[in-house]
Amino acid sequence: MIDFGFKINPSSTLDLDKADLTLYNKLVRMEPEARMCMACGSCSATCMSAEYSGMSVRKVLLALQRGKDVSMMLSNCMLCGKCTMVCPRGINTRHLILSLCRIYDKEGLK
Amino acid sequence: MIDRIASGFHPFVIPFVFGMVFVIGWCILALVRILFQLTHQDRLAFFKSLVNPKTALRNIKDIFANCLLHVKLWKRNKLLGYMHSSIAFGWFMLIVLGHLEVFIYVPHRINLFYYPIFFNYFVSEADATIGGSLLFFLMDFFLLMVLSGIVLAMVKRFRSMLFGMRRTTRPAFLDRIGLWALWMIFPLRWIAETFTAHISGGSFLTAPMSHLLVRVLGDNIPVMPFWWAYSIALCVFICVLPFTRYRHIPAEMLLIPRRNAGLKIRNARKGLAKVEVFSCPNCGVCIDACPMSVKKANIKDCTVYLNRQIRRGNEKRIEQISDKCLLCGKCEAVCQVGVQGPTIRVAQRSIRKYGLSQDYSNIDIQPLVDAAKGSKVVYFAGCMTKLTPRISTAMESLFKKAGVEYVWMDRDGGLCCGRPMLTAGRLEQAGQMIAMNERIIKESGAGTLVLSCPICYKMFKEHYNLPGVKIVHHTEYLEELVRSGVLKLEKGDTFYVYHDPCELGRGSGIYEAPRKLVGQAAMIVDAGHTREERSCGGGSLGSLTLSFAQREAITKASLADLGVNHPDAIATACPLCLATFSRYSSRPVRDIAEIVDIQSNGSE
Repeated sequence: MIDFGFKINPSSTLDLDKADLTLYNKLVRMEPEARMCMACGSCSATCMSAEYSGMSVRKVLLALQRGKDVSMMLSNCMLCGKCTMVCPRGINTRHLILSLCRIYDKEGLK
Repeated sequence: MIDRIASGFHPFVIPFVFGMVFVIGWCILALVRILFQLTHQDRLAFFKSLVNPKTALRNIKDIFANCLLHVKLWKRNKLLGYMHSSIAFGWFMLIVLGHLEVFIYVPHRINLFYYPIFFNYFVSEADATIGGSLLFFLMDFFLLMVLSGIVLAMVKRFRSMLFGMRRTTRPAFLDRIGLWALWMIFPLRWIAETFTAHISGGSFLTAPMSHLLVRVLGDNIPVMPFWWAYSIALCVFICVLPFTRYRHIPAEMLLIPRRNAGLKIRNARKGLAKVEVFSCPNCGVCIDACPMSVKKANIKDCTVYLNRQIRRGNEKRIEQISDKCLLCGKCEAVCQVGVQGPTIRVAQRSIRKYGLSQDYSNIDIQPLVDAAKGSKVVYFAGCMTKLTPRISTAMESLFKKAGVEYVWMDRDGGLCCGRPMLTAGRLEQAGQMIAMNERIIKESGAGTLVLSCPICYKMFKEHYNLPGVKIVHHTEYLEELVRSGVLKLEKGDTFYVYHDPCELGRGSGIYEAPRKLVGQAAMIVDAGHTREERSCGGGSLGSLTLSFAQREAITKASLADLGVNHPDAIATACPLCLATFSRYSSRPVRDIAEIVDIQSNGSE
């Protein structure tokens, strides 16, 4: 490809009809609490690994609902549990992350 | 003394002989299997410890004190201690004295191993000499001791509250069979010996009844049915022994030498873990102790049930139970056998497979390494302290007052100590974090590492290799500063109750330093349960699945226990306890660093 000195960002259009929600649906079956998230962002604010991998439980749940890959974000989670402590909805985010890691299928999502 | 039966045999001994051969065969097989399950080094260390006279002596002492006399149980609950030791020690003495009798009076029968058990049937006029009657007296004495224990056991089964146990284990079906067989053995032995006492002789327990029987029935005493029943009861008990809770009897004798050899659980199901699970006597002491069992919730998630499910191989329940636990370690502290409930649970968690494994190699720790350089003291607040910044603020103020130069290693973010990952069973990830933190601290060149969080403290103490670095919790550090006069405390008039955090108290054995500090800075009152007996506040990171609602009951129960002596405020030394208690407490909750900060002046 010719290098023009600039590039075009990939489209960020969301097509929910085509999004692959297998992982999200699987997660919700295991952790019904995932539905309780109101995206307040308390977890993002406290996260220890946010500065390394952009981890945030709120973002992870949002990305999953759009069928996007979350492995990068999850890869630096240290399971310290601060997100669980601050969650106003009382979601057990630690266990949610562990469950997600368990059912995560490397081939499943691109 | 006459050997009454010339052949030295009667068919009624067959059930007992069969049972004995079976159980000894089973024990040898199990022993060999478990030895093969150990790693090569562990096996070697185990055999070495057996021949080392020091550990060998300790093994014998521990087996005698714990398996027979139940010393630990006596210290905890006298009635339960008597009940267990009367059965175990009394039975042991019956066997020993039985052998002694055979050895003294019919030495040519010593090779028949059923002879000491049924001695009274095979001999006549054995109490004719002084020595004989003394032995018979001792036999009756120990039989009475066992019988008293059996009566207590029966009462306990139906009214456990009388023994100070609010809840006790629900026995499984085979356990019930074993239980009833055990209950029957000694009454049957008593009756059988009473019925033959006019032939063999007897003492205070058997002879008087025998005289009466001879008067009433003459020579028509039905002797045989009871000897048969006694033998069959023994047979039933020892045949079900390997499949019931009573397997703890042989297993514990194996567990003690293994623990003294210093072996650790390396496999979730095999080797030492298996011995521990088999050593659980199902007594149920852990049920009352478990902080999760408040309001009769989660009773089936206590260590005793975990052991049962592991024995049954019920994977679904094993996962539920091991994930729910707070890992507070109270069950281990109260366990008479010393079954390591939390360690077994972490081992179960560690065999899970994950589709996505965390990897921290992308994190550049060079900025952290550079920032930590150049001070004698490194302060590591930990993740939880970030949520309760009043602790780190107090610590900063105290460092300033004491004139200590320090660097705050994780002031602007950093790595976790790795304990949450470790307790979730993900040892590899924890190992990565350990290596990175070790590098930061080693390269800083500091001599002291101060930690505010007991979770981190336990982790650094046990899993980090930091030669030349003194690892202290802030309560220890502050106590030393106060003792050396660098910080001066003024005694306030607030009454505090001190809550022992699990990881600091039971986990690391630090009970005194925090109490001294609170005692010097304020008034101190006791909680309902203190030290090893203190219940978790319910916030523990150890539990993976407990929800907020379930934790609430635990926290409230812990708070109620803290409030029994009406303190003005609660003192603790753990950021997680602080955050958890603050949520529901009507009294102010403060960390010890805060209290010391309020009540102290610098040396100048």
